[in-house]
Amino acid sequence: MTDQLLDLACGLLLLTAVGVLWRRELSALITLLTVQGAALTCIAVLLAVEHRHAETLFVAAVVGILKIGVLPWLLRRVLARIPEARETAPLVNIAASMLAAAALTLLAYTAARPLVDLAPSPTARAAPVGFAVVLIGFFLAATRRRAVSQIVGVLLVDNGIAAVAFLATGGVPLVVELGVSADLLLAVLVLQVLTTRLRAVFGGTDLDDLRELHD
Amino acid sequence: MTDTLDLLALYLPLAAPLVAASAAAVLPWRAAAWAGVAAAAGILGAGVGLATTVHSGPAVTGGLLRADPLTAFMLVVIGAVATIACWAGVHHLADESAAGTATPATARRYLILVQLFLAAMSLAVLADNLGLLWVAVEATTIVTAFLVGHRRSRASVEAAWKYVVLCSVGIGVAFLGTVCVYAAAVAAGGDGDPSALDWTYLTGHATALDPDLVRLATGLLLVGFGTKAGLAPMHAWLPDAHSQAPAPVSALMSGVLLSVAFYAIWRYKAITDAVLGPGYTRTLLLVAALTSLTVAAILLISQRDYKRMLAYSSIEHMGLVALGTATGSRLAMAAVLLHVLGHGLGKAVAFCGAGQLLHLSGSSRIAAIRGLAGRHPALAGAFGLAVAALLGLPPFSLFASELGIARAGLAAGQGWAVAAAFALVLVAFAAIARHGAAMLLGAPDPAPAGAPVTAPARPRAMAIVPLAVGLAAATALGVSLGPLHDLLLAATDTIVQGR
Repeated sequence: MTDQLLDLACGLLLLTAVGVLWRRELSALITLLTVQGAALTCIAVLLAVEHRHAETLFVAAVVGILKIGVLPWLLRRVLARIPEARETAPLVNIAASMLAAAALTLLAYTAARPLVDLAPSPTARAAPVGFAVVLIGFFLAATRRRAVSQIVGVLLVDNGIAAVAFLATGGVPLVVELGVSADLLLAVLVLQVLTTRLRAVFGGTDLDDLRELHD
Repeated sequence: MTDTLDLLALYLPLAAPLVAASAAAVLPWRAAAWAGVAAAAGILGAGVGLATTVHSGPAVTGGLLRADPLTAFMLVVIGAVATIACWAGVHHLADESAAGTATPATARRYLILVQLFLAAMSLAVLADNLGLLWVAVEATTIVTAFLVGHRRSRASVEAAWKYVVLCSVGIGVAFLGTVCVYAAAVAAGGDGDPSALDWTYLTGHATALDPDLVRLATGLLLVGFGTKAGLAPMHAWLPDAHSQAPAPVSALMSGVLLSVAFYAIWRYKAITDAVLGPGYTRTLLLVAALTSLTVAAILLISQRDYKRMLAYSSIEHMGLVALGTATGSRLAMAAVLLHVLGHGLGKAVAFCGAGQLLHLSGSSRIAAIRGLAGRHPALAGAFGLAVAALLGLPPFSLFASELGIARAGLAAGQGWAVAAAFALVLVAFAAIARHGAAMLLGAPDPAPAGAPVTAPARPRAMAIVPLAVGLAAATALGVSLGPLHDLLLAATDTIVQGR
């Protein structure tokens, strides 16, 4: 039962990442990110229950509050302040992005081979999913032109790494996890303020307009 | 044996800047700025204090913190550069408020963020837990974001955005690498051990770690921390951020933050070399070194902005640090550590001097500064000597350290890499020397294009003092290492022997 739920949560994690590449409405990206946060929290809770580990349960609570509650709320506040609601012209079109996601997932399974070989438990076998989410996050940050899309890319990378940490190791030590969560929250707050400033000085959040600095 | 005084020195590098940051929230900015200088000097003092304890004895530990000779050396680097940068920062803020570009509120925010930045860097070098090291390095990105973007002009907001996104994503890769190392430690029997991500645990259990996983982790860690250390091809954020930040912050980012990121690479190198042998990291670091030197040399030739010129010079010097780290012998690592300290001091003086130039001329274009030696001889002297130090001319310590890196590389049979690297250094040398000479000695235009319309500002006489102190330190270091000699060798052994 736990294994099946775990597989379901991992599948949802990957599916939402692909969904983020597929959808263009910025508000849909945030909804998908919230679902992904829920899937990640689910993984943490399942692991905590399976190992009867109170510390992991605490970490799961922190992750849940941050990724289902605080971060989506912050992103929606950014979105409320800027008029652009859609990713108009990504550098790579949607169909090609889907192919790229498939290729990146294959690459993730190849790259994460040592991790799976080392600890062939059912949970560690799912760890490449986290790698795939990280790679899709990179791809998103590199090919999208709206500030909000780039923030979503950064958050996808973080979700992917958190998934690898939970699946392969049962979670990093508590003090590290708390530090990482604090860093992530502050980074999103900084990016939120910078998005507002971008709009104030450039009149929009199209990152193609950022060409003041070059050699 | 850990006594009270050692514990005090262990916590002071964190406590002093945090206290100074709180002071900046309540005190008038001028008093708070001097409190910041005191905090920076406190970090330096704690580094020296720890050095006397740990250079021959065991490491000082307390809670999550641990100080071995490498930590003490890095605290000396952070403290020395921060003292100069904070001291110059007092005059920078005075200039800004005289010109009306800084209000008491912006000055306060600046001082708080700079002190938090110092605390984050101290935590990075004091953390025994490698996860905590990562948290501290990422925290430096967050606290410096608003310092880079403080002017709110198009250029500085653009620089801040690129800085935060590229560094967060880049450093994210390093966290993935950290997780992989942790997974290897857990599989090697560290499951349930809360210290399994400690550097001391990992170096002690290195032989039990899975080589394939460590190979994957090392690649990720080098890319991640390499991004933060400004190694090409992950350097794109660096020239923008370093040129847009206020000069004293550029001095800190360029002079120490890059080295703190490299410190993480040294720590991991001690682990991975024990698992995989030195060949793997050597290849990766050599590629990064030669790419960085190539990028820096090419972009220095056609550079038109003197702050960007200093930024590319940082990429060049990080390339040399990568070259020395790739060699990895005792001589090479000692030279690398000396290089980091010498570069920190030289770059701090150069950037703080450049900040005064920017204030006087209103332009960061090289072409806008001509005949500086005739108009402002003291500032021209300080800036010129700092650039000479960065070029690796004697008597400054970068001369000795570059020679050491080259000799160590040749002794290790990497003649081709050393030859290629130093050919590129020569190109960079020629480019910087040409730009520097034009700024200092070039004939002044009858009506310089970038000159302010109002009466030309005069540099503050006292603002030269921190620059002179920095140059004196860099010279003293080049003439004799003095008491630093033992610490340098002990810190080298920490990296080379991984203990």
